[in-house]
Amino acid sequence: MANSSEFPLWEVFIRSHGGLNHKHVGSLHAADAQMALEHARDVYTRRMEGVSIWVVPSTAITASDPADTDPFFEPAKDKIYRHPTFYDIPEGLKHM
Amino acid sequence: MSTQVSLEERFQARIDAEQKIEPKDWMPEAYRKTLIRQISQHAHSEVVGMLPEGNWITRAPSLRRKVALLAKIQDEAGHGLYLYSAAETLGISREELYNELLSGKAKYSSIFNYPTLTWADMGAVGWLVDGAAIMNQVALCKCSYGPYARAMVRVCKEESFHQRQGFELLLTLSKGTPEQHAMAQDAINRWWWPSMMMFGPNDSDSPHSAQSMRWKIKQKFVDMIAEQIKVLNMTLPDPDLRWNEERGHYDFGTIDWTEFNEVLKGNGPCNRERLAARRKAWEEGAWVREAAMAHAAKRQQSV
Ligand SMILES: [Fe+2]
Ligand SMILES: [Fe+2]
Repeated sequence: MANSSEFPLWEVFIRSHGGLNHKHVGSLHAADAQMALEHARDVYTRRMEGVSIWVVPSTAITASDPADTDPFFEPAKDKIYRHPTFYDIPEGLKHM
Repeated sequence: MSTQVSLEERFQARIDAEQKIEPKDWMPEAYRKTLIRQISQHAHSEVVGMLPEGNWITRAPSLRRKVALLAKIQDEAGHGLYLYSAAETLGISREELYNELLSGKAKYSSIFNYPTLTWADMGAVGWLVDGAAIMNQVALCKCSYGPYARAMVRVCKEESFHQRQGFELLLTLSKGTPEQHAMAQDAINRWWWPSMMMFGPNDSDSPHSAQSMRWKIKQKFVDMIAEQIKVLNMTLPDPDLRWNEERGHYDFGTIDWTEFNEVLKGNGPCNRERLAARRKAWEEGAWVREAAMAHAAKRQQSV
C-alpha cells in the first residue's frame, strides 16, 4: 500500500478538568480533524480523563531544537532579580 | 569523529543521570533500533492479544461479563495505539510497523498463540497473563525513552482492572457447580506455564543483570499467585511448588522450553490463525481507510 494512503498524524491535547489547561497526551492517525477528535475521545478519555480535547496536525507544530537547549534558554539563566527571593526585606515584615 | 564521541558521551551521561531521552534528541543508532524493535513488538502483542479474548465476546455468560470483556479488549487496542505512537516518534511509519506484523517478520508475545478453549480461559488470561504482563510492565515505566515510559504509565494504570476481573471471574466459577470449578482448574492448568514463560528464558544460571532482574520479577509473580490461588481454592500444576522457609519465597519447578520454542518458531496451536485474522482485518478495512481519505480530501477542496 502506498504511503500516501496513510492517515496523517495528529497531536492530542486534553483538558482534564474545568479550569486546567490543555496538556499534551499523545498522538494518533486520522483522516481529518473530526475523525481525530473522535479517535482521541476513544483512545485517551475512556475513563473520563477529559472535558475538552484539542487535536493539531503534527506538521503544524514548530518545536525548539533540543541540540540548542542551552543557548536557547540561556537568556533567563542569570536574571535572578526576576525572583522574589532576590530582594531583602526585614524579617518581621508581614504579608509580603 | 570527535563530535560523535562527545554526542555519545553526553547521551550516556544523561542515561546515567536517569534523565529521559526525547524523540528529537541525539541517540546512538543501536539505541534507536533496539527501541523500535522492543516497542513495536510490544504494540503488536497488545493488538494480537485482543484475538484470544475476542473469541468469547459473543458467548459471555452475562451482560456484566460481556461489558467487562469488551472494555478490557478495547483497552488492549488503546495500549497498541499508545505504543505504536511511541515507536513512530523514532522515525518509523505506522504503515511499516503494520507491514512488519502482517508479513510475519515482526514478533509478538508467544502467549497469544495459545487457544482460549473455555469461558474460564477469560478468567485465567486476565489473572495470570495480564498479571504477568503487569509485573513486566511496571519496570518499563522507568525506561529511559520518554514516549515509551509515558505510554507505559498509562498502560499500567489501565491494566489493574484486567487482572481483577479475571480473578473475580475465576472465583465465581470456583464457588459454582463442580463442573464450573473443574473448568476453572483446567484453564489454570493450561495457562500457568505459558504465563511463566512470559518472564523469558533465564534461568538462574545467567549472569546478566537484566536477566537477574527478570528472575526477581518472576519470583515475585510466583509468590503472589501461590497465595492467591489458595483464595480461589484451586491448585497450580507444579509439583515442585512449595514454600521455602529459609528463602522466604516459594520454590517452583522448571519450564518445558521445548514446547515454548516450538510456539516461538511458529508451530504453536494458533500462530497461523492469529496472523490470518490480523491480515483479514487489515485488508477488509482498506476500502474504509481509502474512503475516509477521499472524503477528507474532498472536504478540504470545498473549504
Ligand atoms: Fe495491555
Ligand atoms: Fe491487559
